[in-house]
Amino acid sequence: MGDIYLDNNATTRVEPEVVEAMLPFFTEQFGNPSSMHSFGNQVGRAIVDARKKVQALLGAAHDSEIIFTSCGTESDSTAILSALRCQPERREIIITTVEHPAVLTLCEHLEKDGYTIHRLKVDGKGRLDLKEYASLLSERVAIVSVMWANNETGTLFPVVEMAEMAHAAGVMFHTDAVQAVGKLPIDLKHTKIDMLSLSGHKLHAPKGIGVLYLRRGCRYRPLLRGGHQERGRRAGTENAASIVALGKACEMAMEYMSFENTEVRRLRDHLERGILAQVPNAFVTGDPDNRLPNTCNIAFEYIEGEAILLLLNKAGIAASSGSACTSGSLEPSHVMRAMGIPYTAAHGTVRFSLSRHNTLEEMDRVIAAVPPIVAQLRKLSPYWGENGPVEEPEKAFAPTYA
Amino acid sequence: MWDYSDKVKEHFFNPRNAGAVVEPNAVGEVGSISCGDALRLTLKVDPDSDVILDAGFQTFGCGSAIASSSALTEMVKGMKVEEALKITNQDIADFLDGLPPEKMHCSVMGREALAAAIANYRGEEWSDDHEEGALICKCFGIDAHMIEEVVRANDLSTVEQVTNYTKAGGGCSSCHEGIEEILFKVLAEREDLAPECIAEPEPVAAAPVEPEPARPAAMTNLQRIRRIEQVIEMLRPRLQADHGDVELVDVDGKTVYVNMKGACAGCQMASMTLGGIQQRLMEELGEFVRVMPASAQQSQPAVSRGH
Ligand SMILES: Cc1ncc(COP(=O)(O)O)c(C=O)c1O
Ligand code: FES
Repeated sequence: MGDIYLDNNATTRVEPEVVEAMLPFFTEQFGNPSSMHSFGNQVGRAIVDARKKVQALLGAAHDSEIIFTSCGTESDSTAILSALRCQPERREIIITTVEHPAVLTLCEHLEKDGYTIHRLKVDGKGRLDLKEYASLLSERVAIVSVMWANNETGTLFPVVEMAEMAHAAGVMFHTDAVQAVGKLPIDLKHTKIDMLSLSGHKLHAPKGIGVLYLRRGCRYRPLLRGGHQERGRRAGTENAASIVALGKACEMAMEYMSFENTEVRRLRDHLERGILAQVPNAFVTGDPDNRLPNTCNIAFEYIEGEAILLLLNKAGIAASSGSACTSGSLEPSHVMRAMGIPYTAAHGTVRFSLSRHNTLEEMDRVIAAVPPIVAQLRKLSPYWGENGPVEEPEKAFAPTYA
Repeated sequence: MWDYSDKVKEHFFNPRNAGAVVEPNAVGEVGSISCGDALRLTLKVDPDSDVILDAGFQTFGCGSAIASSSALTEMVKGMKVEEALKITNQDIADFLDGLPPEKMHCSVMGREALAAAIANYRGEEWSDDHEEGALICKCFGIDAHMIEEVVRANDLSTVEQVTNYTKAGGGCSSCHEGIEEILFKVLAEREDLAPECIAEPEPVAAAPVEPEPARPAAMTNLQRIRRIEQVIEMLRPRLQADHGDVELVDVDGKTVYVNMKGACAGCQMASMTLGGIQQRLMEELGEFVRVMPASAQQSQPAVSRGH
């Protein structure tokens, strides 16, 4: 029995076909695509081909709208900083409280430089208030950056609609679609989205390759200046092998799109129902009716996530947690806090994220493994009695807070 | 995943003394639910000999919190109360062959629970005497609280000074922004305390680490602004060589507003350039100042956090 990998929102396994496609670019196809000779030529053609495959997966109108970058984080930074540089008179940015640190941390930094950051709040299920959003759109806003799907809960934001609203107000719109690409059908040419970030390693391509989609005609300033690579929009010799790999991964993602939304979704639902049926005081976080087909985030009350992960890991199951301790911070995940999940539950959230490689048999093994782990930890918990939470847990156990 | 020692893993997977002891006569409850840790320690102490006969723990927390609790109960069993009180959090960490720096607070919690339980046994009131801040410098394990104390006590105003006093910031440099934030906060507080004193430099309590030659004994507001002007004039030729320029717009307390011009305006390196000007001004003035683009001045009051 092999180990079970349920942490695909963190990163995915590179498909064997993808590895095969990229290998020649380390050996015989080592040329620089900018070179005049045939060594470089072939590599250049492979990159053209890969760009078309990314274009197809995103439903972009033109292949020139695809800019290869080094990762999702670089794409996010490029998009936001570009919008600020193009429009120096606009000094406000709209994001959400639950963005990935790639956006949040950058914006915190910009705030210190004097920019005004509006962070849209979410409700208990992680949903936005579009009225609040509409009221913030103005000619002072340089860019809106809202993720398509949340990495922790899988909750989807209505980015297509939000991009329309931004467009109507004359404001640039960027979406961090790192978790959405490959899991949801996307057709950018029929949206008003100006910029989109994706990251290869979330869709079975290698780590260290990303894309910034830049709508034709959208004003733009590069982050890295230098050579003419990517039409001068992202200088630096192309990561040819990884670009080819990403092309192949995008092609495969197209083929598996309906599978992700039927089979993978079924497995996820089976896992979730199986766990909730057996474990009391556990609930799904985020919006169960509107989320990625592969993601399930469960809060186990009165126990702590890192402890759960360590025991799961011992049972050969890989998942992740929004607990403070897994990140080394003292606070539980900002996503859980933004949704108002109580601390006693927020620390015990576990994210199971599937891929097309998971099986029903694996789900059943996880369903069998989780209840005893939760019970074992609850036995150690001061908030838990013989058969359930102690009455009024917050009162029965009221430690002196440090 | 954390790099836990085998001993930590062993105590986590097979915790000793889990659960409460029967009829305890010493109970300590400490923790902080916001950082995901809470611990109840129950002891059975022989009232005649003061020897701890039995110990049990209940912990809401991560792997190392559970392991620290388990280790603590093993360590104290058979000890006399006075002896047990001598256990430090470092002793608990050592018993476990070490803890990652981010996890040292788990051992601190164990020590506090023990102190609380013994106070309870003796019928005393226990109060938490320790304050812990967020870990700022991972290289040297220095937290925000410690840095703040040292900055206050010694009137520090630059990252280099903080490094000289605490080591924090002397390694990989990743914590410099965090240290600067603490400096900014403390200095802003000082200003609040004495709003009329903006014109006067902060009195230097402790001997500064480095000599600060450029700093006259007492500058008037006007002298201070002139000095700022001079420094900026000094820096202009270098920026002009890069087809940029800078102009002083306003000085508001600790904040110096400038206009970046030419190639500098809107350049993505602008914030780095601002940082450089800030560093130079601080060196010359011997006090902490923040350099901001003038365009930020109007939008300042509007800064909103959508929380
Ligand atoms: C929503 C989201 N944005 C951005 C990133 C960062 O991507 P990368 O690791 O390629 O920089 C991630 C990956 O964790 C993510 O989940
Ligand atoms: S974290 Fe402070 S120097 Fe490395």
